[in-house]
Amino acid sequence: MAIAPVGTLYRGREGMWSWVAHRITGISVFFFLYVHVMDTALVRVSPEAYDLVIATYKTPIVALLEVGLVGAVLYHALNGLRIIAVDFWAQGPRYQRQMLWGIVGLWLLVMVPGAYFMMMHTAEALFGSTP
Amino acid sequence: MSLANSRRPSLAAPGSKRGEQRSNFELYSWLFMRISGIVLVFLVLGHLFIMNILDGGVQRINFAFVAGRWASPFWQIWDLTMLWLAMLHGTNGLRTIINDYAERDQTRFWMKMLLYVSSGFIILLGTLVLFTFDPNIG
Repeated sequence: MAIAPVGTLYRGREGMWSWVAHRITGISVFFFLYVHVMDTALVRVSPEAYDLVIATYKTPIVALLEVGLVGAVLYHALNGLRIIAVDFWAQGPRYQRQMLWGIVGLWLLVMVPGAYFMMMHTAEALFGSTP
Repeated sequence: MSLANSRRPSLAAPGSKRGEQRSNFELYSWLFMRISGIVLVFLVLGHLFIMNILDGGVQRINFAFVAGRWASPFWQIWDLTMLWLAMLHGTNGLRTIINDYAERDQTRFWMKMLLYVSSGFIILLGTLVLFTFDPNIG
């Protein structure tokens, strides 16, 4: 028996790393959801309390974190659809690698304009509207 | 949820008898992740698009914005469905992760207890806020 497991079916490469990324993005989004329900609950306290906390979401650094959040949710959503295809589509397991690169491409296609618009909103709030 | 099922799942010898408790819980949990996942793709990506990208993005959000949205039953039902599905989906995901990595029975039990209590609190808090929202609170 070899000590280093080389060429096992599931270890390494796209299959494993997509699974690792699915767990990390899942945990991150879930913990943010806890925070997000609590900050929204401030609407039951007062409009001032809510607006004060929401103001932190409008700062440039937190805006960058929001781009990260959108990226994490989008990866988790697309890879989740890929997992469903692997489970339910007869050809799914055979094309799992191609599907991963497909969703990575789709992720970039959405995230580039998405991040651009999110950062534009932040910049406009900081420096005033651009023509 | 499956607090009672605290033993790590292990591979039984081929042909051996099934364990004491027959339960399809893990099958339903697996199915729930896929069904809720598909619904959440639309609810959450829609929510993120409206809140972060459309119009002024997060810069335009304040109490009045929330009051305007929750005046409509459509967004109330959207948000309530999204809250419950996302919380159950995330809680079940974290349950799987705890089962995978917490090795001692005691550790696993208490981590899941903490998870279920905090998730229950968040689901109830969110539901309460949605049902008792008062736009004239100020």
